[in-house]
Amino acid sequence: MSTYTPPLQDANFVLDQLIGIDQLCEELQLEDINTELASVIIEEAGKLASEVLAPLNAVGDANGATVANGQVTETAGFADAYEQFIANGWATLTGPEQFGGQNLPNVLGTAVNELWHSSNMAFALCPMLSQGAVEALIAHGSDALKEQYLPPLISGEWTGTMNLTEPNAGSDLAAVAAKAVPSGDHYKISGQKIFITWGDHQMTSNVVHLVLARLPDAPAGVKGISLFIVPKYRLDEQGQPSELNDVSCISLEHKMGIHGSPTCVMSFGDNDGAVGYLVGEKNKGLRYMFTMMNHARQTVGLQGLSISERAYQQALQYSQERFQGTHRDGSKIAIIEHPDVRRMLMAMKAGNEAMRALAFSAAADIDRAHNGDDSAKKRVELYTPIVKGWMTELAQELTSLNIQVHGGMGFIEETGAAQHYRDARILPIYEGTTGIQALDLIGRKTLFDKGEALKGLHSDIEETINALKASDNQSLSGFTAQLENALQRATEAGNWILDNTAEDPRLMGNVSFDNLMMMGYLVGGWLMARSALLASQQDSDNSAYSSAFLEGKIATASFYAEHYLPRVNQHADTVLTGLKSTFSLDIEQLQGA
Amino acid sequence: MKILVAVKRVIDYNAKVRVKADNTDVDLNNTKMAINPFCEIAVEEAIRLKEAGSASEVIVVSIGPKACQEQIRTALALGADRGIQVETADYPESLNVAKLLAQVVRDEQPGLIIMGKQAIDSDNNQTGQMLSALLDMPQGTFASEVKLEGDKAQVTREVDGGLQTLSLNLPAIITTDLRLNEPRFASLPNIMKAKRKPLAVTSPETLGVELKQHSTLLKVTPPTERSAGILVNSVDELVEKLKNEAKVL
Ligand SMILES: Cc1cc2nc3c(=O)[nH]c(=O)nc-3n(C[C@H](O)[C@H](O)[C@H](O)COP(=O)(O)OP(=O)(O)OC[C@H]3O[C@@H](n4cnc5c(N)ncnc54)[C@H](O)[C@@H]3O)c2cc1C
Repeated sequence: MSTYTPPLQDANFVLDQLIGIDQLCEELQLEDINTELASVIIEEAGKLASEVLAPLNAVGDANGATVANGQVTETAGFADAYEQFIANGWATLTGPEQFGGQNLPNVLGTAVNELWHSSNMAFALCPMLSQGAVEALIAHGSDALKEQYLPPLISGEWTGTMNLTEPNAGSDLAAVAAKAVPSGDHYKISGQKIFITWGDHQMTSNVVHLVLARLPDAPAGVKGISLFIVPKYRLDEQGQPSELNDVSCISLEHKMGIHGSPTCVMSFGDNDGAVGYLVGEKNKGLRYMFTMMNHARQTVGLQGLSISERAYQQALQYSQERFQGTHRDGSKIAIIEHPDVRRMLMAMKAGNEAMRALAFSAAADIDRAHNGDDSAKKRVELYTPIVKGWMTELAQELTSLNIQVHGGMGFIEETGAAQHYRDARILPIYEGTTGIQALDLIGRKTLFDKGEALKGLHSDIEETINALKASDNQSLSGFTAQLENALQRATEAGNWILDNTAEDPRLMGNVSFDNLMMMGYLVGGWLMARSALLASQQDSDNSAYSSAFLEGKIATASFYAEHYLPRVNQHADTVLTGLKSTFSLDIEQLQGA
Repeated sequence: MKILVAVKRVIDYNAKVRVKADNTDVDLNNTKMAINPFCEIAVEEAIRLKEAGSASEVIVVSIGPKACQEQIRTALALGADRGIQVETADYPESLNVAKLLAQVVRDEQPGLIIMGKQAIDSDNNQTGQMLSALLDMPQGTFASEVKLEGDKAQVTREVDGGLQTLSLNLPAIITTDLRLNEPRFASLPNIMKAKRKPLAVTSPETLGVELKQHSTLLKVTPPTERSAGILVNSVDELVEKLKNEAKVL
């Protein structure tokens, strides 16, 4: 079983140096939120994560949730951990003060969320979904709904869910068919939802479902979907949970991973109809979902980092404990001394640090965007599919490397390496598949604004390259050239996309994945280069970071440049071919006629 | 009643201890530091007594350079009410610490003083005892249970032969053992509140205590590295080796 140590120093470095959280909080007018407080918060959260949640990770894997009579029972031990989680106020971190939240910035919430998902992703999905429900209500709920539902959702006394998917509506939510019929001051909701994460459990006195459904007179397609709030237990006059609503979990999915997270088939309105309340205006449900999408998708991207970090820590430990081979003097060789094992460890470390830099940067831009900063808003739009798409894809490779470092033991369940790999596999699927992220990036985020946001990013990268060139630190020169080359190739591919795919949806679809991955490796390389530059500028005698850490940052960035930046070129090459042969076989030929 | 708790900033018990190349001391540069675990137990006990209504205020004192304010803040985040830092250039030896604490006690007049039985860095196990002598107060060391009844504290001590229960007249000094309690995690609201809790800084001069050097650190050497183990083929072989090679049987 693997233990977990929160990566405090790197988290602090990214927040303090790369993001500049002190200045950010000044911009956001959050007085007395600064690096020092952030590091205390992360450290204290880290204790709960490593000592309480992490040991339950394997427990949840081996003993998933169960369902009987429409009610789900979660993994033993989760309820106590959840109780401690909310008693210590962690659910309130980013919530508005008015409803009992601590009003801390999203970037700090992201740094803390990293720890929850590293320690126990299946568990952490529960508060994560609640946060989604909170956001939806804050943005679109009436005052009455906010008063009733926000305080218990923010404190964690109740949890929230997102009920979007149906058997015929997955990537294509326009196909949602659940019904909502007006009935006095409320609506009666009926229909089936599938794959609903933490759709039911016994940890709290209520579960609040946010449900997409159609009104009887709604137009067909995307423009006819409304958002409803449906509590598991209806509220009495005092706003307390009372009788059971007409909603239940009719079965649980048997999954490849995240066994500790119940994935529910939910049935609404089997009897007299589930009482629900409209959130915002009718027929605007899907649009509302889009306003919350940046945060939700970035959080799933963050899970890619979290689980890869946990996998790295496990690989690092095992590689020092496993001996294969003998030195000339007869002593045994720990596998960490073998170059190929080192390569894998460095690939994990460099990938994780790049992901952390990206996830936190994107989270900080959400803070700025909320604060009315328009250029940050554009940047968030561009980053979101990269964070979600690239980070979750990279997590597949990194969690797989952990298995490889373990050799045969990696394939054996008891080691626990397999769990991280299996758990990670959901990440490129839920909250919009990689295919959907790739289309979002190339379509809405690149072609739609004629490359404006993309060019803004390119010029920021250029600026870093110039700063690197101006530095007299020798250790930076190698990756400066590599980054410059990568930027040049990515710019070429970007221009080709703008020139050739706007009028050709098939061509756009063909190259969308390679464009996504190219952008991911490029942005990761840029942020690693900036981190290395910042590390090189620290006065090592007087720095809050150890010289080992600072040197490590620069060396890790160099490894990133050697190992990952060439992938930018490779994906750019593919984009430039237009992958024209994608459709050169018809379906019969695919079937091998 | 006020409770005064002393906390020491020490190397985190999870951190790897490195010795300086010239063997003059342990290398603390950029090592992770934390509240001494026994002191953390002391903080927890004080907070529990306050929560139970037995105390009105918990004051945390730490002696050392400015960095030890971090540990005071941690104690405040766990629920202590205010902090006092006695600023010194280095970490003074036990007798100096006891003298400084004695003066703080005279100023604050707490009804109870709780401290760790020892610090995990110097392992001296003497500051509480020294403080008790300097203040002429009763002491209950190695406490595994503490109960307050009126103007007395009942302290169960872990001694070699088992458990010993003492009744101490207050004010008294209690030093904590590992099993006294399990410290809580800091809650987010308390971390936020801790920022605003008062933290006073004072100095040996202000307290009127002259620091004296009674001992000198000559040398620090790391433990010898453990050599690799071997696999034995049978219990007989193990016993044979324990007898003849290790000579422990
Ligand atoms: C464990 C788990 C938890 C989940 N939790 C929740 C939850 O809490 N709430 C909720 O509402 N849903 C949840 N989901 C559902 C999840 O969001 C969907 O599974 C996901 O959006 C994909 O939809 P789908 O399964 O219908 O796949 P499909 O949409 O059928 O996709 C199949 C393949 O087709 C591709 N594809 C589909 N459309 C396009 C397109 N237009 N262009 C290019 N490629 C396309 C996809 O990329 C994918 O490769 C969960 C799913 C799982 C497995």
